Amino acid sequence: MHDVHYPHTQRSDKTINKMALIGLLVVSLLLLLALAAPFIAPHNPYEQNLENNLLEPCTQYPFGTDDLGRCIFSRVIFGTRNALFIGIIVTLISATAGLLVGLVSGYYGGVIDELLMRLVDILLAFPGLVLALAIAGLLGPGLFNLMLALALVGWMSYARVVRGAALSIKEKDFVESARAIGAGNIYIIRKHILPNVTAPLLVMATLGIGHVILNAAALCFLGLGLQPPEAVWGAMLSSGKAFLRSAPHLTIFPGLAIMITVLAFNFLGDGLRDITAPGRNEMI
Amino acid sequence: MFRYITRRLAALLIVALGVTFLTFFIMHLAPGDPAEMVALARYGQENLNRESIELIRQEEGLDKPLYLQYGRWLQHIIRGEWGNSLSTGEPVLKEIMVRFPATLQLTLAALVISLLISLPLGILAAVKHNTLADYFAMTLALLGVSIPAFWLGLLFMLLFSLILGWFPVYGYGTLRHLVLPALTLGCGMAAITTRLTRSSMLEVMEQEYVISARARGIKERDILTGHALKNAFIPVVTMLGIQAGHLLEGAVVIETVFAWPGLGKLLVDSIFARDFALIQGCVLFFAALVVMVNLLVDISYMYLDPRIRFEKEV
Repeated sequence: MHDVHYPHTQRSDKTINKMALIGLLVVSLLLLLALAAPFIAPHNPYEQNLENNLLEPCTQYPFGTDDLGRCIFSRVIFGTRNALFIGIIVTLISATAGLLVGLVSGYYGGVIDELLMRLVDILLAFPGLVLALAIAGLLGPGLFNLMLALALVGWMSYARVVRGAALSIKEKDFVESARAIGAGNIYIIRKHILPNVTAPLLVMATLGIGHVILNAAALCFLGLGLQPPEAVWGAMLSSGKAFLRSAPHLTIFPGLAIMITVLAFNFLGDGLRDITAPGRNEMI
Repeated sequence: MFRYITRRLAALLIVALGVTFLTFFIMHLAPGDPAEMVALARYGQENLNRESIELIRQEEGLDKPLYLQYGRWLQHIIRGEWGNSLSTGEPVLKEIMVRFPATLQLTLAALVISLLISLPLGILAAVKHNTLADYFAMTLALLGVSIPAFWLGLLFMLLFSLILGWFPVYGYGTLRHLVLPALTLGCGMAAITTRLTRSSMLEVMEQEYVISARARGIKERDILTGHALKNAFIPVVTMLGIQAGHLLEGAVVIETVFAWPGLGKLLVDSIFARDFALIQGCVLFFAALVVMVNLLVDISYMYLDPRIRFEKEV
């Protein structure tokens, strides 16, 4: 099986920074929305008002209302909280797990490396979403199980990249000389290997957050993970599907929210890659 | 070359064994007593009693240590006895085989669509590097990887079925039913392949043999067809292995959106029915498909890249 390989992009410096900047701007805006959701949302996202159900977008309800008369705009804003929380925490867990596995595998090598890398191969043989779906489905609904399932299927690519980097760096002369003057393994890993994997790991994790948000939305759309009445974009889309003809705004706005969020992280990730590793396309 | 093949096959065997091991253990994630669940499925809530549960525990070997259970289960799997669906009572393998053609149809159609979009677009973006066409293609590709597939499917459904009335909203059977699900799946895939084709082309165009061909005055068009394309396609073909995984992932969601009676829908339905035998079967089958595609990719890789055939170590 092969490494996931995101092709490099060669843009001029001006556009690089513009991409990263736009991404950073939108991500910050989304974080702000998530943190200040109660102050920004015009209505209570859980308050039902059956008299006002399925309203089209208007001044009082900018995105309209759903079948239970809840304000979609408020629900989309509160949805940022769930999406960002899941995306960031799951990515942190997977990236940390991948970092540890990759360091141990690449630095110590030998049998441990062989075993860990076979495990990675085996896990990568499953389509990630299929495995996450089965795990989340068996564990049952809920935020914790959703995040556990996503983290379990998400750490392998980090492990591979870190392993590759650790493998190549530990052969370098400066590591050899550090060892010669008595530096220990932990010291070498901390001083020489970690700094060299930080940049690619940061880029991967940024792109990874978008990926996790997409997968979480898919699982919630399929009815796993967070359940209604929770304000979750994926679940909102699946309950809006029944009203696709009569009230398409139920479908359009939560989907747009997912797309903008994922796009922002992809912009930021792509931009960061071009800044940190111009031309080093094989890294990620 | 022989060594390359044996190495790949050995790695494949380990992966295949690991896949069965993992699938077996995932099933033990489910909370509750497996014997009780089988009893519940077999006899129903009213006839559930302690004796029948214990009987099943012994019958199915659920009282044995886990590794013995795994060994027994693996023997059955290899013999093609994948158990019976708890909800329909039909053999799991039969249920899977009934649904497989629909998924195959959908994924192959999506693959063709994605290549039709991504190859010209990726090549164009590379040849017209840093021009408006390049930016346009890359923006499109970035949008493509960021749009949730199920949402795109719903938008297509809204536009092409509900508003324009060109295609059926959902269902299975005719070519017209296939168009929207395949297009949805194909678009997502095209986004990834476009980026890959472009970067691969860019890399090849910087190679010395291309530069020297240019220096010899060979026409740009002939360089493209004679030198660049074949070499640029090597990573694209290699990626097909990963793409197969992505396609199957996408199929799970898209089949649910369009009520397409394939494996993905079967898996989702079996999860909600808590049909453990069927879930296990589906997960195993999906993984087996990915492993098979990767083997095919490895073999074709060997033909595309002669260096592999002659090198001892890869």
